[in-house]
Amino acid sequence: MTVFGRLRGYYQPYLGYLWISLTTLGLATALGLIYPYVLKLIIDRVVLGHAYGNLWLYLAIILAAALAKGGCNFAQQYLGQVFGINAAYHLRNDLYRKLNTQSFSYYDNVHTGDLMSRLTADLDAFRQFLAFGFNNIVSFLLLTVFGLGLMFSMNVKLTLAVIGLMPVLAYVAVRFDSKLWPAYKSVRQKLGHLNTSVQENIMGVRTVKSFAREDHEVRRFGERNNEYFSSNIRTANLWKNYFPYMELIGNLEVAVVLLVGGYFVITHQMPLGDLVAFLSILWYIIQPMSQLGYLLNTWTQSQAAGERLLEILEAPRAVDNASQAHNGQLQGHVVFRNVSLVHEGNPVLHNISFEVTPGRTVALLGLTGAGKSSIVNLIPRFYDATSGQVLVDGVDVRDWDLQALRRQVAVVFQESFLFSTTIFANIAYGHPDASMEDVQRAARLAHAAEFIDQLPQGYQTLVGERGLGLSGGQKQRIALARAILADPRILILDDATSAVDMETEYEIGHALQDVMRGRATFVIAHRISSLKRADQILVIDDGRIVQRGTHDQLLKKDGLYRVIFDMQFKDHDSFADGMAASAAELDHAGA
Amino acid sequence: MKSTLEFDELRAPFIYRDDEALEKPFKMEQFWRLVAYMGRYPRLVTGSLIATVGGIAVSLVTPYLLGVAIDSAIARGHMNILVMYASALVTLYMVNFAATHYRIRFTNWLGQSVIRQLREELFSHVQDLSFDFFDKRPAGSVLVRIMNDVNSLQDLFTNGVINSVTNMFTLAGIVIIMLSLNWKLALVTMIVVPFMFILSTRLRVMIRRAWQTVRVRLSRINAHLNESIQGVRVTEAYVRQEANQEFFKYMNGDYLNEFRKAVGLSAIFGPIVDLTGAVGTVLLLWYGIHLLSVGEVTVGLLVAFANYLGNFWTPISQLGQVYNQLLVAMASSERIFQYLDTRPSVVDRGQAQALPAIHGLVRFEDVSFEYERGKLALRGVSFVVEAGQTVALVGHTGAGKSTVINLLARFYEPTSGRILIDGADIGAAKLQSLRSQVGIVLQDTFIFSGTIIDNIRYGKPGASDEEVMEAARAVYADEFITRLEDGYHTQVRERGSRLSMGQRQLLSFARAILADPRILILDEATASIDTHTEQLIQKGLKALLVNRTSFVVAHRLSTIRDADQILVFHDGEIVERGDHAALMQRRGRYRQLVQAQYRFMA
Repeated sequence: MTVFGRLRGYYQPYLGYLWISLTTLGLATALGLIYPYVLKLIIDRVVLGHAYGNLWLYLAIILAAALAKGGCNFAQQYLGQVFGINAAYHLRNDLYRKLNTQSFSYYDNVHTGDLMSRLTADLDAFRQFLAFGFNNIVSFLLLTVFGLGLMFSMNVKLTLAVIGLMPVLAYVAVRFDSKLWPAYKSVRQKLGHLNTSVQENIMGVRTVKSFAREDHEVRRFGERNNEYFSSNIRTANLWKNYFPYMELIGNLEVAVVLLVGGYFVITHQMPLGDLVAFLSILWYIIQPMSQLGYLLNTWTQSQAAGERLLEILEAPRAVDNASQAHNGQLQGHVVFRNVSLVHEGNPVLHNISFEVTPGRTVALLGLTGAGKSSIVNLIPRFYDATSGQVLVDGVDVRDWDLQALRRQVAVVFQESFLFSTTIFANIAYGHPDASMEDVQRAARLAHAAEFIDQLPQGYQTLVGERGLGLSGGQKQRIALARAILADPRILILDDATSAVDMETEYEIGHALQDVMRGRATFVIAHRISSLKRADQILVIDDGRIVQRGTHDQLLKKDGLYRVIFDMQFKDHDSFADGMAASAAELDHAGA
Repeated sequence: MKSTLEFDELRAPFIYRDDEALEKPFKMEQFWRLVAYMGRYPRLVTGSLIATVGGIAVSLVTPYLLGVAIDSAIARGHMNILVMYASALVTLYMVNFAATHYRIRFTNWLGQSVIRQLREELFSHVQDLSFDFFDKRPAGSVLVRIMNDVNSLQDLFTNGVINSVTNMFTLAGIVIIMLSLNWKLALVTMIVVPFMFILSTRLRVMIRRAWQTVRVRLSRINAHLNESIQGVRVTEAYVRQEANQEFFKYMNGDYLNEFRKAVGLSAIFGPIVDLTGAVGTVLLLWYGIHLLSVGEVTVGLLVAFANYLGNFWTPISQLGQVYNQLLVAMASSERIFQYLDTRPSVVDRGQAQALPAIHGLVRFEDVSFEYERGKLALRGVSFVVEAGQTVALVGHTGAGKSTVINLLARFYEPTSGRILIDGADIGAAKLQSLRSQVGIVLQDTFIFSGTIIDNIRYGKPGASDEEVMEAARAVYADEFITRLEDGYHTQVRERGSRLSMGQRQLLSFARAILADPRILILDEATASIDTHTEQLIQKGLKALLVNRTSFVVAHRLSTIRDADQILVFHDGEIVERGDHAALMQRRGRYRQLVQAQYRFMA
């Protein structure tokens, strides 16, 4: 099916607007031809025929036609735009819905910038074609047909003389526009580059100043600035090289009409009124001709744009709801049974099996890239296992109702993301109608309350892209409060307190013990101090569980856990010795 | 500055603040300051004016010529005169061709050059501004000044100013020609002109405002889409899709309504203009033919007048456009000039001397500092650090550690007291000579988009590839770098770069050791990183500190313990100083701090 066919659902309900718009367009075009014709009548009959008494009638016709034409033009333009914007409205809503339900693996492969350009530039190109692309094409045909028809009806030979230059004009116009599109694209691109480099510079300004590299930055900026300048000049050069020709051809047509038409008048083959009318019709044809290139381009561009929108809309979801979804209160019993995961062709997890009962804490330890996050991501179905089963309360997660499952599992991600709104709304993201008391309690448990209370606007403080800049540790604590407020049966902390200092991390750990009583908790961390109290520690290496047990059990065995422990604690042990020694000395001196 | 929707501000699902004022009243002074930028290109201005005037002259003469040709050649049957007029017309069209060509060329060069110049000036200026400037503003708002505000002046500089000058002449020209041809007919025909003026200013202002509202709504939508994509994982994890969809629908519908309003206004504009033109034509024909019947005018003159009437609209319309451009330009240029008029708070003083090669003896003499008036961040701090020593700065957040290093790098000037390096006051030294000899490793390592090797080289622009790799090896960063798919030539960037926190830190160490500064300032990051990388960082840190005066805002016990001197800060003052053993014996604040830390490790 064609692109427009596949997108039909979005504009079909509004086709009525388009039909009225096209009808009024036809009317306006026809009405537009009244003026040159009446002008001819005035000159031939009133001026040359001295029938002055009829003048008021002709003038009334001109005014009436102008009024009607104005009304038609308004309806034509307005309804066309309404047609386009309504279709775009529905399309945008659906794109948004689709993007918000697309699986995580989809986002591993797309860039925000690419999606954004589809949601903005492509959506607009498509809308524009609906809004005035159709109309422009129809108007082009009408003007050409009506205009030529009227000219032919007045004088065939003069019309033929005029038509001669039209193909040249059309050719130049098409060629011009085919070059203009890439030129404008390059201008947008260079502007984008310039924008990125300025943004990067401002964000990194402290580093720039630290290394006293301001001059280097100004030079680099200068290069980008020049590129943008040059791309603008290149576009201007296209205008400079083509536009004067198009203008000249139009003008030459006037000279042709004057000379050839004048000859016909002088030799009495044509009345003077026809000549004047010809001069006024000429622009009806020249103008659409010079826009022919633009018309053809909007058509091809909107096709390509529609295709890119369909790619989003028609992309399959890797994770979708089961037909007979399991729903209900979740207890927090998690079992991994021989789970393996292949992500984009790479084996990530091999044969993972373990069990967690409600109220227990599992800690995952391992080097970066070992597969810890991949394991926990399978529980709320951010990804689906390639083989094996993940069971929650004895039911395969793929049979759970996706929403019900996720509402009862809260994840705090490695990189905390805050939305552009108040701290309150960020914490309440999972429970928008939470009370202030609940939000404050969650913040307190996440050790975020102290710093929030110190902000002049407290929970009302704006954060996010344009809001107050928070430190990494502060953002993490807000993200943690968000998870606590969600009151989950399963809590997953994926390196969630990495930017929080050790003291606070310890206290958060304590606070969570109370919160998570009776629920299952998964903790990924690097500091042994923050996971040693777990009921079960899984040591992950290269996608496999290489060791499991409690802290005390694992310490007694040789293996990765012991190695990591030694690395972290040899320093502290010697430090502790030093402290003990100095304390002893002190006691000695005191005694 | 209002929140997006009618939600309780506290619970608003998303809040997008709009940009500042979109238009400001005309100010002469500011206008001249803008125009002065064009004065730097006198040849382009002259060229643009000549070409534009040339084109206008042709467009003024041709209707007249056409009229005369009809009257004196066609109506009277003189073919040879007709050929003469036709060739004159063609000649004029050729002149117009050249004029159009040069007009496009000169006006674009002029406009783009001014924009380039202004942006360059603004960027370099912002580059020279001090930390306090950036402390107060989110990066986004500075970006908007340099990009959007400058761009919004583009039309004004390319066409606006030149056109408004030439349009005045055109209007005057048309009026004079018409009056001299036939003053009675001219007056009647020009009845519609004032109306055209009103349309082109008043209605245009309304239309522009309507579209600005549309653009603001659209940029909110885009801001929301952007962050929805970036935060999609959170949205899905917390099952917020339905609520967000509601919000988006509301936002999208709001945009739809504004768009319809703006389109409605725009769609009225064209027909009204046409109608005005038609009224003018009817007046012309009615009175013109009356004059014709009494033999006062000719058919050719009527044709000429009809053409002139058509020619009125273009300059009037363009003047209306320029009027709108000016209102917008007043708002954006005010913000631009505000930046340009901000002076950096830290500058080279009148007789600043370049700092000679540093040995590394640092002395703080009774230094105090306040970020905000009346709030002392540092109270009379004095200490001495011998060349080559490592100093650990210890204390709670806000105790004054970061202020010390900010002052040492002269990111801010002390409110009172002096800071001396090798006995010379850094306040009297050239900034460039100071900062190029002082290395700074910040807590957050900033990654510039480019290759790894270029990122390390940021510390020493002329370094060879070999030197860069040598530096990376020295701080144990080469292990992870060589494991990346393109090694040192792997492309990285600030956002979405795949480097972990630990890897970023190693990279910043390599940057610093390559620069080989005599004085090193290091703000240790608190992030917990995987154990293996942590080991590398500790080893890299040791290598980095060797043989230079080092100031470390320390969190790692190992770093603190190995320091030659520990300064314990509390509430802007140094409350204890000495080495680890000595401070532990004192049983003071330091010991408390260490014990508190230690408790969580064991």
